[in-house]
Amino acid sequence: MLRHAEPAMGTVFSIAVRDPGPGTAAVLDRIAERLHRIDAVFSTYRPESDISRLDRGELALDDCDPEVPTVLAACRDVAAETGGWFTERPGGRLDPSGWVKGWAVEEAAALLRSSGARQYCVSGGGDVQTSGGPWRVGVADPGRPGLLAAVLAGRDLAVATSGTAERGAHIIDPHTDRPATGLASLTLVGAPGTGIARTDAWATAAFAMGPDRALAWAARQPGIEALAVLPDGTKRWTPGLPGHLPAIGPADWQSAVC
Amino acid sequence: MRRAVVTSAATAAGVVLLLSLKPHEAAGPTPVIGSGSGAGAGAGSAAGAGSGADVSQPSPAPSGSAAPAAPAGATRKVSGDTVNTRYGPVQVQVTLAGSRVTAVDVVKYPNAERRDREINSSALPVLNQEAISAQSAQIDVVSGATYTSDGYVRSLQSALDRAKG
Repeated sequence: MLRHAEPAMGTVFSIAVRDPGPGTAAVLDRIAERLHRIDAVFSTYRPESDISRLDRGELALDDCDPEVPTVLAACRDVAAETGGWFTERPGGRLDPSGWVKGWAVEEAAALLRSSGARQYCVSGGGDVQTSGGPWRVGVADPGRPGLLAAVLAGRDLAVATSGTAERGAHIIDPHTDRPATGLASLTLVGAPGTGIARTDAWATAAFAMGPDRALAWAARQPGIEALAVLPDGTKRWTPGLPGHLPAIGPADWQSAVC
Repeated sequence: MRRAVVTSAATAAGVVLLLSLKPHEAAGPTPVIGSGSGAGAGAGSAAGAGSGADVSQPSPAPSGSAAPAAPAGATRKVSGDTVNTRYGPVQVQVTLAGSRVTAVDVVKYPNAERRDREINSSALPVLNQEAISAQSAQIDVVSGATYTSDGYVRSLQSALDRAKG
C-alpha cells in the first residue's frame, strides 16, 4: 500500500492507495499542486487569495479564478438543501471553507481515479473519501481524545465529522450567528455517489442544527446516515447507520448499539 | 491562536494508523539522525499497521510491545528531516518491515520550557493515542481525527519519501 501525506490548506491530506500503478507517483504530485492551488484561491487565511480579495471588494467575481463562482454556487445549493443551515458567510465574512475542504478531497480522489487507481482512501483533515474497499474508518471520540467513538466500514464511502473537540465551538449557527453547541460531534456517512464535498458541507450544516433536527434531517436524505455524539457523550444515530458498522467493532460500540 | 500551535490538521490514513509516538523524556537535542538501521535511541513500541485488513476477518493482533516482530522483509529505521517549527526542531523516525511502516517515533522535539510542554502536552500524545486506539481497532483512517503539528508531518513525510527511495 502506498501512503502519502500532504500538508496543505492548514491541514493534512493523507492518501492511501492499495493498487498503486505506474502513474501513481506522478498523480500524487499533481494532487499536491491542485491542493495548493485551491488553497491559494480559496484560503481565508491568505490576504492575497481570491476569496479574501473578493470579500474586501478588491476583486470582482468575474475577475476571480473561474472556480470561485462555481464554489459559491455549490455553497448556495448546500444552503438550499439544508434549509438554510449552511452559509458561505458564517459570521458575516465570506468563507466557503465548509465546502472547499471536502471538495478538495473529492478533487484529489478524482485525480487518483484518473490515474487508474480504484482502491484508495483520501482524507483531508479527517474528512474521508474511500474508493473500493472495504475500508475501516474510525470516528474520533470528541470527548476522549485519542479514542474512537465508532468504527465504520464499507466501500466507496464518504465520511465527514464536524465537531468541537479540536477547534472548539467554531461552527456558526447561521440563524443566530453564534457558535452551535448542541453537539460534541456529528458524523455523516455518504453512500457511494454522494461524495465527500457534499457530505462534508452537510455535516457542517447538520452540526449547526443540533441533535434532534440533525438526525431527523439526515434520516430524510437518501444515501446519508448520521452518528451524533452529544456533549455528555451520549450517542444517537439514524436508523440506517448500523448498516455501516463492520462485523467486528470495538466493544464500546457494541454496547452503545444495545 | 490555537491554529498556530497545533496546525488545524487532522491525521488520517498513513499518519494515524502508523503512529507510535514515544515522547521519551527530554529527547530534546539528542541527535538521532541518519538513515539506515540501528539508529534509534528509545525507539520502541512497534505499532502494528493493520493495512487493508478485511472487515469480516480480524487480522493478526498487532503486538504493542517493543519487539520488532520481523514479518516479511528486513526491519530498518529511516529518519526524517529535522524540521524547524516555531517551537523548535522536530524529527521523526520510521521503522519499516519491508515496505510497511510499523512504527513512528519522535526522536527530536522542542524542549524549550513552556513551548515544550505546550507541544508535548497536546499534539504529540494526542497523535500517539490516536495511533494506538486506531491500531487496536485496525483502522485505515480516522474521521474527525486529531490535529497534528506541521513539523511532525513534514518530518514524517520526508522519512517516508526517503524510505521509498
